[in-house]
Amino acid sequence: MSRAVEESNRRLLRARDAMDRTYAQPLDVRTLARIAHVSEAHFIRTFRETFGETPHRYLQRRRVERAMFLLRETDRSVTDICLDVSFTSLGTFSRTFRAIVGESPSAYRASADVTAAPACITMAWMRPSSFGEAATPDRI
Amino acid sequence: MLTSITHSGIFVLDQDEALDFYVGKLGLEVHTDSDLNFMRWLTVNVPGDPDREIVLATPGPPAMDEATAEQVRELVTKGASGGWVIFRTADCRKTYEELLAKGVEFTQEPVEHFYGTDCALRDPFGNAIRITQPAPEPYDIPEPATHA
Repeated sequence: MSRAVEESNRRLLRARDAMDRTYAQPLDVRTLARIAHVSEAHFIRTFRETFGETPHRYLQRRRVERAMFLLRETDRSVTDICLDVSFTSLGTFSRTFRAIVGESPSAYRASADVTAAPACITMAWMRPSSFGEAATPDRI
Repeated sequence: MLTSITHSGIFVLDQDEALDFYVGKLGLEVHTDSDLNFMRWLTVNVPGDPDREIVLATPGPPAMDEATAEQVRELVTKGASGGWVIFRTADCRKTYEELLAKGVEFTQEPVEHFYGTDCALRDPFGNAIRITQPAPEPYDIPEPATHA
């Protein structure tokens, strides 16, 4: 039983890493499930059981985290950054960004400080946890 | 007064597989591989830097009971064990290409930052490893507020 869990974890982690690595490209559940060697339905369920959120939410937070990084460290326009992190519409990007971060991309840029930490540290620790559900951790 | 760090450890799930990876792929050297009867003491170091060892340890009895070891293994494979290592390189992109050719599983391609260029990978078990090529100091830190 334990070995099976370990192997499942490692495969799911590989799929999660793929989201961290290729967030700038279109990604679908079929591709990620294939990386994890499981069916799409099984992938979504076990990913959530393992990492505490659905793959979709994980990817949205990753894209917003990378957008925050680009807003902090580059002078690219908000529209360019929206496309950089693979949102297809500025409206969806702005709405999702605001829902997660609590302010607009340009307001975030105006107030943010550059973080002198390596990318994988910021990717691990600065992925925003707020999506409404963070305030109610007892929710499944 | 403390003078240096000599050993730090991470959990691996299989020491032979760990050797294949850390020595065979990353290019570290075996510092000590010793059967202590109750455990296999296995450490590696960066070539030329033998004073700083990484202990590759497996979770299990008698140091911890089997149920605890199972929890540790689950966390390692989730990438959540807390064990990780950061290496320095003179050429991040070249190192990345070399390791990629050896089949190393990268989680982040080389990215340039004001502090240098870095990339990230995982060992076969789920531990995170980072490789950094520092930029020359002083760093040219961008000021995002001026972008707004």
